[in-house]
Amino acid sequence: MSPRATAVEGVTSPRGAHSTSDDAFVRVEHAVKRFAIHGNQLFRRSKEAVHAVDDVSFTIRRGETLGLVGESGCGKSTLARLVTGLQPVTSGTVVFDGQEITRLSRAQLRAVRRDVQMIFQDPYGSLNPRRRVGSIIGDPYAIHDESRGDERKRKVQELMEVVGLNPEHYNRFPAEFSGGQRQRIGIARALALKPKLLVCDEPVSALDVSIQAQIINLLADLQHDFGLTYLFIAHDLSVVRQVSTRVAVMYLGKIVELADADELYERPRHPYTAALLSAAPIPDPDPARRRQRIVLRGDVPSPVSPPSGCRFHTRCPKARQDCVTVVPDLDAVTGSSAAHVAACLHPVVDGEDLGAAAAVIDQSDQAEIPALEAIEKITAGIARSVDDQGSRA
Amino acid sequence: MPLLAVEDLGVSFRTEDGVLHAVRELSFSLEAGATLGIVGESGSGKSVTAQTIMGLTRGASLQGRVLFEGRDLLTLPDRELRRVRGAQIAMIFQDPLSSLHPHYKVGWQIAEMVRAHTGLSRRQAHRRAADLLGLVGIPQPTRRVDDYPHQFSGGMRQRAMIAMALALDPRILVADEPTTALDVTIQAQIIELIGRLQREFDTALIMITHDLGVVAEIADDVLVMYAGRGVEQTDRESLFHAPHHPYTRGLIASIPTSAVRGERLKPIPGQPPSLIDLPSGCSFRPRCAFAFNRCENERPPLHPVGGNSSESAVAEHVSACWLPELEAGAPSRRSSA
Repeated sequence: MSPRATAVEGVTSPRGAHSTSDDAFVRVEHAVKRFAIHGNQLFRRSKEAVHAVDDVSFTIRRGETLGLVGESGCGKSTLARLVTGLQPVTSGTVVFDGQEITRLSRAQLRAVRRDVQMIFQDPYGSLNPRRRVGSIIGDPYAIHDESRGDERKRKVQELMEVVGLNPEHYNRFPAEFSGGQRQRIGIARALALKPKLLVCDEPVSALDVSIQAQIINLLADLQHDFGLTYLFIAHDLSVVRQVSTRVAVMYLGKIVELADADELYERPRHPYTAALLSAAPIPDPDPARRRQRIVLRGDVPSPVSPPSGCRFHTRCPKARQDCVTVVPDLDAVTGSSAAHVAACLHPVVDGEDLGAAAAVIDQSDQAEIPALEAIEKITAGIARSVDDQGSRA
Repeated sequence: MPLLAVEDLGVSFRTEDGVLHAVRELSFSLEAGATLGIVGESGSGKSVTAQTIMGLTRGASLQGRVLFEGRDLLTLPDRELRRVRGAQIAMIFQDPLSSLHPHYKVGWQIAEMVRAHTGLSRRQAHRRAADLLGLVGIPQPTRRVDDYPHQFSGGMRQRAMIAMALALDPRILVADEPTTALDVTIQAQIIELIGRLQREFDTALIMITHDLGVVAEIADDVLVMYAGRGVEQTDRESLFHAPHHPYTRGLIASIPTSAVRGERLKPIPGQPPSLIDLPSGCSFRPRCAFAFNRCENERPPLHPVGGNSSESAVAEHVSACWLPELEAGAPSRRSSA
């Protein structure tokens, strides 16, 4: 463990502290996480499992912000928990700052955890309502047994100042703070042990837009001042683009595309990324500035029995026969830089109109909005039955 | 006569800490088939407004009038209100899971609602429920009609809620954050579905949301609420291209967009005020960069500020701010529509 300065300002820059030749701060290789579904255990163990994360490899570079996007159930939060060592991998490796954490003992893991901290989505649920804010923020010191009494209080108040809270509010309870301020409390707690990696799991999703921007700016300042590396998970694509150096897109337990933020948003190669980007509502009424929207059919399939081949083939507008059988690798795409990887057999090409694409395989079990004639028929039926009642003027 | 006219609506609740004024002096109107977006952050009073229109704010003390086809819903006897609520004005909520009863089959819940308002038999109502589920894009509706809510995904539950809301062909659909709990690809499906059904049924829509992206997508007119009051109302184009109220401008400026990537965002400083103890004068004053003496002493009323960018706009561009009017007819980024 490298010696630590006591003052908050004295956080060592991760760039200076280590001189490894490659800049991968976290390296995840072939990580797999399955959760067994416990059926009726009295008679037999269920062999079914949720494939939350399935053969995922990526790196987080020192000092960058890696954005991780995907819809609920895609495995992004589970992946974050594997990186922080909060949950063990089923198979695969996670190397953190040159040290493989997948096979560490609990005590060894505790030492590593000082360097990895997490900020959670729910600023209400992640703070104990019966404890004072000062003691909540000071918890990491208690857990790792450092700086007691007045010294601890001084450090906590410094932290409160760093995140923009009034240090005089040391003795207040979480309920006396607004949502944005509570998120600041969570951030102060995460910073207490001067971590190197901060995993932010939907840190601004529960906040109002005007407050959201305050927290995003704060996180940017902290990264700059303390040389932090971020893994930033969110479902809001504009927030992720704002903060990220690179962005990874997950679908049903797999990373389907990873590229520099601008590159990914300007030239998505995976049809899922393209659909996801096009689906986000843009706060600009000018139709000329809007993207062609690609509305995907149906819902995300169950991670208990994910589709064969490419997992997106059941909803993909470009799906062909080979997508059903071949599992695509996460590889560089022709026409893009080597740093831009996508797991797709038929990636989107520049200028392609995905809205006009039609899958050549059968996707009929997916929900679809019926034809207008069908709507008219039903509308007429409703109007009749209401008229029969005479309740309509 | 507009289909719905809210006049000087006030909603307040008695709490332990004092009287909480959730909505004050709110007025707006809605024409048949039109879409009004109501935008605001938590505590702005947008949801309470919707609930009051639906007669769901029990225990609140109410002022003003809510006129539906000329009749005041706030004073209507229960028996008559029941014929309006659900049938002529229907609502969809943010959380489709807690809006459906977990114990009953989805189709039964829709059928029950249909039977309460029409003379249909059990069997007819059940068939109608299946038709409606098909209408909103549930696959294999004749089979899924007998599923329980937990067998539906989040998007399908919201579709079922929409089916229930549209079951009686209402004149007005009130949607309170209908896509907030959904993933972005499902959100796109639901917004497209609501838009399509609205056109087909010619239903007027009140879309309550915190998401300016959703507003930009579907609203004709937009009402911005802050601390219980309407602070700006105009058509969609002017709202985005020529906003007047500093709060509206602050909201738009604090959204991350591709144009400002990597730069610092411009948040609105501070937090919304307590609805029990509002600041004097303009409620937004403590967070406003343009505040001057008058803002502290006198509360600005909603007044015309010019700058409507589309001639077809039904609503005048009004804003509750002492700042000077916009230059007439010259919004900064006029759309070429």
